[in-house]
Amino acid sequence: MAAASAPLPAGTQPVVEIRKLWSVFDTPGRRLVIHKDLDLTVQRGEVVSVVGGSGSGKTVLLRQILGLERPHRGEVHIMGRPADQLSGRGASSRIGMLFQHGALFSAFTVLENVAFPLRELKTLPRRLIVEAAMVKLQMVGLKPADADKMPSELSGGMIKRAALARALIMDPPLLLLDEPTAGLDPDSSDTFVNLLRSLHRDLALTVIMVTHDLDTLFELSTRIAVLADQHVIVNDKPREVIAFRHPFVEDFFLGERGQRAMELLREYPFAI
Amino acid sequence: MVTTVDATPRLEPAPAAQGPAVRLLGEWTAGQFARHNLFRDLQRGLPRADPQQAWDLREATVDHVGAQLLWDHWGHHWPQQLQLQPSQRAILERVAQFTTRRSRRRRTSLWQLYLGFGALLLGAFDHLKGFIGLVGQLTIDLRELVRAPHRAPWRDFSGHLYRIGATALPITALVGGLIGVVLAYLTAQQLKQFGADAYIVDILGIALVRELGPMLGAILIAGRSGSAITAQIGVMRVTEELDAMRVMGISHTYRLVMPRAMALSIAMPLIAAWTTVAGLIGGMVAADLSLGISPLFFLKALPDAVRVSNLVLGMSKSVVFGILIALIGCHFGLRVQPNTQSLGQGTTASVVSAITVVILVDALFAILFSNVGI
Repeated sequence: MAAASAPLPAGTQPVVEIRKLWSVFDTPGRRLVIHKDLDLTVQRGEVVSVVGGSGSGKTVLLRQILGLERPHRGEVHIMGRPADQLSGRGASSRIGMLFQHGALFSAFTVLENVAFPLRELKTLPRRLIVEAAMVKLQMVGLKPADADKMPSELSGGMIKRAALARALIMDPPLLLLDEPTAGLDPDSSDTFVNLLRSLHRDLALTVIMVTHDLDTLFELSTRIAVLADQHVIVNDKPREVIAFRHPFVEDFFLGERGQRAMELLREYPFAI
Repeated sequence: MVTTVDATPRLEPAPAAQGPAVRLLGEWTAGQFARHNLFRDLQRGLPRADPQQAWDLREATVDHVGAQLLWDHWGHHWPQQLQLQPSQRAILERVAQFTTRRSRRRRTSLWQLYLGFGALLLGAFDHLKGFIGLVGQLTIDLRELVRAPHRAPWRDFSGHLYRIGATALPITALVGGLIGVVLAYLTAQQLKQFGADAYIVDILGIALVRELGPMLGAILIAGRSGSAITAQIGVMRVTEELDAMRVMGISHTYRLVMPRAMALSIAMPLIAAWTTVAGLIGGMVAADLSLGISPLFFLKALPDAVRVSNLVLGMSKSVVFGILIALIGCHFGLRVQPNTQSLGQGTTASVVSAITVVILVDALFAILFSNVGI
C-alpha cells in the first residue's frame, strides 16, 4: 500500500472520524434520507453514547461504522482507514460489536461462539483457543459451567454477556454496543454497566453505544452525541448536552425522566 | 502496509545481572498471531521456563491471547524475575485468575449409545402420540365447523387453496409431462419388439391415472408445501405468535391446522388430476413420435383401457395424501422449539416424513385395492 495511506502515530488520530455522511435508502417510489451531512469524531478512550428518537438512524450509524452499510456520500474512517476496508481477516481484532439481540450462532455452544474468531485464524493451537475463550467468558461474569450450553438455553443477560465475550475475544481497541441493556432487568442491567465500565478502564477501550436507557447513559458515557434532524446536533460532555437548547434534547433529558437524570448526574460525577 | 514501528512479535536477549534474560518486543496480540507460522516459530523461540530466566515485557504490547501464550509457557506459574507495565500486570493477573482446567468431555460408552437408542424410540413414540392427538383435536374442531360454519376461517382456507394449489400448477405440469414422455419412450422400445404397439395406451393410462399422477403430485406438494407449512408455523413458535394466539383463546388446530388440511384435501386431488393429464399429454406426444400412434387413436382407446374405478381410486388416494401432508407439516411445525436450529431440523424432518408416509400409504392402497379396476 502507498506510504500516503499509512496511519498516523497512535494517540493523535481519532478512532472514528465521520465526515459529511449521507445515508440514503432507496425504495421504489420513495427515497428515505437517514443522515444528511453527519459529522462525528470519536477520540481514543472515550465512551460515546448516541441518542436520538426512533428512526433517527442510530443503528444505521453503527452499521456505517462497521462497514455493513455503504455511505451514499461522505466518508467513514476507522483508525485512519475507510470503514469498508475493515472487514476481512482478523476483523475482530479491530472492532468488536455487541448486537442488540446478541447474534450468537445458534448451532454453536457458548464456548465455540466465543472462540469462533480465534479459531477462524487457523493459526493457533486448540488448547490456547479454549483457554483464551474461557478467560474471556469468566471476565464477563459467566461461569465455566456455562461454556457448554447452547445459546437457546441462556437467559437474556447471559446472551449479552456471551456476545460481549465474543466481541472482546481479540481485544479490539474499539467496541460498539447496540442497546447493551435493552431487555435486561434493572439488576442485570446495573451489573452489565459495571462490567462495561471496568472493561473500559482495564482494556483502554474506545466505546460507541446506542442506548435509550438514561441510567446507562449517565453512568458510562464521557460524551453524548445527539442525533436529530438527520445529523449530530450536539456531541459534548453530558452536562453540556443537557444544557443544549433543542426540542428533542429538552424532551429527552428534561421531561419527567430528566429529573431522575439530573439526580443521577449528581450521583455519578464520573459522567461529568 | 507501512507502519511507523515494527509490530511483529519477537524476542531478543537482554543483559541481566544474573542468569539468562529475554526481552519481548512488538505486538503479542491475536491480530499478529493471525500470520502464517508466526505462532509456531514464536513458541519454539521462547526460552525454557527456567526459574533463573528473567523476563522483560515492558516494551511489548500484550493482549489476552498473548498473555495466555506466556502463561501457558510458564506452566501456570509466575516467573521469579518479571518486569511488567501495570496494565500488562492487570491482563496477566486476569489470565492467571481465570485459566481453569476444563473437565474432559465424557466419552460415549456403549451404555450411553443404548440410552440414546432408547431415547430415539421414545421420541418416535412421542411423535406418534402427538400426531394422534392432532388428528383427534382436528376431529373435534370439525364438529365445531359443522355446528357453526359461518365462524370458520374461510379466508385462510381460500388463501391456502391458492398458495398450495394454484401456484403449484406449472411445476406439477412440467414434471408430469416429462415423466409421461420418459415412460412412453421406454415402453415403446419394449412394445415394438412384440408388435403390441397399441397397448401403450393401456400402460400409460393405468400407470399414470392410478399410480404416478397421484404419487408425483403428492411428492411435489410434500416437498413444496409441507416444508412451507412447517416453516410458517415454526416461525410463529420462534416469534411467540403461537403463544399470543393461545392467550387470545384461539385454538391452534382450529385456526392453523384445519384450514391447511381442508385446503390440501381439496387441492391435492385436483393437482393429481392435473399432473395425470399433463403426463398423458406428454405420453401421447411421445407415442405419436416413437410408435406413430395418433393422438386421436390414443384418446379413443383411453376410456376402454382405463376403467373409471382407477380414476376414483387415484383421486381418493390423493385426498388422503393431502390431509396427511398438511397434518405432518403442522405436527412438526407445532413441535418446533423456540430457536432457529430447531426450526431447520423440524422442516427437514417434516419433508422426509411426509414423503415417506405418502409412499407407505400408497403401498397400503396398492395392496388393499389390488383387485379394483384392473
